[in-house]
Amino acid sequence: MDRRFPFKVLEHIFSFLDANEDRNSVSLVCKSWFETERRTRKRVFVGNCYAVNPLKVARRFPKMRSLTLKGKPHFADYNLVPDGWGGYAWPWIEAMAARRPLLEEIRLKRMVVTDECLEKIAASFRDFKTLVLTSCEGFSTDGIAAIASTCRKLRDLELRECNVDDLGGDWLSYFPETSTSLVSLDFSCLDSEIKLSDLERLLSRSPNLKSLKLNRSVTLDVLEGLLRRAPQLVELGTGSFSDELDPEEISKLTKALSELKQLKSLSGLWDLLPEYIPVLYSVCPRLTSLNLSYATVQMPDLVDLLSRCSKLQKLWVMDMIEDKGLKTVALCCKELRELRVFPSGADLDEEDVALTEQGLVSVSEGCKKLESVLYFCVQFTNAALVTIAKNRPNFRCFRLCVMEPFAPDYRTQQPLDEGFKAIVERCKDLRRLSVSGLLTDKAFEYIGVHAKKLRMLSIAFAGDSDLMLHHLLSGCESLKKLEIRDCPFGDTALLENAAKLETMRSLWMSSCFVSFGACKQLSQKMPRLNVEVIDEHPPKTRPDSSPVERIYIYRTVAGPRQDTPEFVWTIHKNPEVGVSRLSTR
Amino acid sequence: MSISQKLSPFHHTLSLSLETFTVNASKVSLHLHLRMSESAAAENGYISLSEFSTMEATTMSQSDKTSENGLNFKATELRLGLPGSESPEPVDERFLPLKSGAKRVFSDAVNGSNKWVFSPGSANDAGSGSGSVKDHKPGVPVKEKNSSAAAAPASKAQVVGWPPIRSFRKNTMASSQTQKQGGDNNNSNNKAEAKSGPELCLYVKVSMEGAPYLRKIDLKTYKSYVELSYALEKMFSCFTLGQFGSHGGCGRDGLNESRLTDLLRGSEYVVTYEDKDSDWMLVGDVPWEMFICSCKKLRIMKSSEAIGLAPRVMEKCKSKNQ
Repeated sequence: MDRRFPFKVLEHIFSFLDANEDRNSVSLVCKSWFETERRTRKRVFVGNCYAVNPLKVARRFPKMRSLTLKGKPHFADYNLVPDGWGGYAWPWIEAMAARRPLLEEIRLKRMVVTDECLEKIAASFRDFKTLVLTSCEGFSTDGIAAIASTCRKLRDLELRECNVDDLGGDWLSYFPETSTSLVSLDFSCLDSEIKLSDLERLLSRSPNLKSLKLNRSVTLDVLEGLLRRAPQLVELGTGSFSDELDPEEISKLTKALSELKQLKSLSGLWDLLPEYIPVLYSVCPRLTSLNLSYATVQMPDLVDLLSRCSKLQKLWVMDMIEDKGLKTVALCCKELRELRVFPSGADLDEEDVALTEQGLVSVSEGCKKLESVLYFCVQFTNAALVTIAKNRPNFRCFRLCVMEPFAPDYRTQQPLDEGFKAIVERCKDLRRLSVSGLLTDKAFEYIGVHAKKLRMLSIAFAGDSDLMLHHLLSGCESLKKLEIRDCPFGDTALLENAAKLETMRSLWMSSCFVSFGACKQLSQKMPRLNVEVIDEHPPKTRPDSSPVERIYIYRTVAGPRQDTPEFVWTIHKNPEVGVSRLSTR
Repeated sequence: MSISQKLSPFHHTLSLSLETFTVNASKVSLHLHLRMSESAAAENGYISLSEFSTMEATTMSQSDKTSENGLNFKATELRLGLPGSESPEPVDERFLPLKSGAKRVFSDAVNGSNKWVFSPGSANDAGSGSGSVKDHKPGVPVKEKNSSAAAAPASKAQVVGWPPIRSFRKNTMASSQTQKQGGDNNNSNNKAEAKSGPELCLYVKVSMEGAPYLRKIDLKTYKSYVELSYALEKMFSCFTLGQFGSHGGCGRDGLNESRLTDLLRGSEYVVTYEDKDSDWMLVGDVPWEMFICSCKKLRIMKSSEAIGLAPRVMEKCKSKNQ
């Protein structure tokens, strides 16, 4: 009797699998499951664009409709990866254009995307619907115009914090003259002014538009007109909120905002003036997401606003909110799931810092659903961390940035080891953690022992020795991404735990004590890792003991990449060949 | 020459990691350990600081080490000591007790009067002033604790990528603060307003005809047109293939004329910038300080395209050069 499920049955069962993790597991069971799964996967996610060859991906998934790629290491966000490092989208676009013309969605993060790429997308995928570029660079508004004009079924065009060569604002006029199918449009990262009439007309002919994020150059006086043309908006990112309006204009704007009955998310609000806070009152009760991180208003005004936002789930704000403001949040925003508090750049040397660890403690007490935190603070205490952990064992993402490197518990002068121990012990579901402050190897021993579900860990200025890395690599079972800067260890722990690196997506280490010899050894020992040395100040000679500036190690089935710039060395697998490009220096 | 390297003369320097930091009633003890292979240390002609500690701290650290077998720390650990000295000596004031609650300053910057400063490997770091600078330095973080809080603001240096804030946010905050300064003072209760200045970065985008991607540079890291032009040349030299002037390699010595006027005069490319009024001007005309205040964006374009730009400026240049 043939015990195998017929293909059709399997296919039907697999159609219920959405999560790629599940699909990955399923494809490992046996050949027929692998085949069935691969023929049914529609959404493909590649977390490291260099881990696999684009053509292979294109061939493997014939029904692919959506592709998500990530390029540069995360620390590129903080200028730790030199320009020109890599992460080019072109090979992927080219491969998909040739083999998967039915592709509808492309989402790229931290990649270099050229106008050529965008033109190729526009020309190759006739049903193209979604383009989301996050922290990308390399293209200009010409490329965007190509997408706008050619992709007739375009639904989403989102440029999130991209570095765009802004050649002027008329790309908006390139959308089709007849009604568009636009659902979301985000050009908040562009610099230049757009033509108001183009935008107004676009809104008038985009009845499906649900999400609109303007750039800063859109002034407050035109906002009312735009909103009148798009009352169905669910997400709104305003432009600058600081122009002088006369009372009549203010009243019109207030009315227009109150007409947005479906509005759930508000962002933008650049340079928000306190006198305009009342204008926003009408939308507050419905808001689930509020991004005030560019609004330079003081605590009383923030409290005024936030006390009306009882449904808020996501709040991004600056440290001007102070402990007092966070107390209000704890009282009023009972649905809060995500909180991010960014530094405003106020002088850190002032004695009376108004945002302290107390703010986060209050929120952890009051907001029972809180599961994701990013908190920038000048100093912290172990006691606060312990309390926070006790209050909120449901944290999934905890990123604390104590801005003073090596800062201990400011009350006891102890390292923050015990505090982070409490966090990892109690928060059993913790997926992402960023640590800071004074930390010894002990802290990492605790993390290694307790943080079993941890997938991503970021460390800076911490630890004493190789033991720290050893604890992490030998302990954290689910670890996929580890990024470390300025920590005092290197070779030993790395070489002892080499096998672990193949179970992870990537490891980044900069300004640590890793020697060139260790990199070579690691590379020889582990042929399925790319060990890339990034060195902008290469020495005249490179003995094995010399330290390297930065290394980026990632697993790959595609071998060493061919597009490394001159400051990146991939160690060749063949020891006789040595290190590529060494001789050019 | 990279962008990040230019950020501060003291960037990417070395810091000592703090192993133990105990406070008892009378003293604070600091343990400074530098981990590094000994051959590399000898090679670099290490000048190191003496380590000092109370008895208890020493015992504590010793026992820490012996308990960590399997990983051979002793062999790779380098103790710090002043040149020529073997035993710990009293260290100077910088490492004496901090009052609890006193603001500690993370400062990479150790100025020329201190002999133990390490700088990252590059001949470009002329500012460090230490005789022991060699070409290849370990990426050792250096930490200096400054016991006097008063000195803190002065010596506060910037570390690359710290605190970890995305450049998009940094740039946005930077430009909103400069805007506020220029505008009226109605928001005088806004703390952020008063705090712009030397600590902020002035990131501007630099684009070039035919280049596949933009660069961003921090104008505050350059002090003159000469430095800027050198940096731009380096950045975009791969695209111009030497068209920025055959004086490619010889630029390190002091120049009599600004290189930018060289560019304007001879080569195929000119550097232009967009100023506050959104006009495109040729770079090099106004005093440097004025330039960095008004420059929003830079663009390297072909001379032929720049002819229409600010003709007055072009003529001014021509007359200078004749």
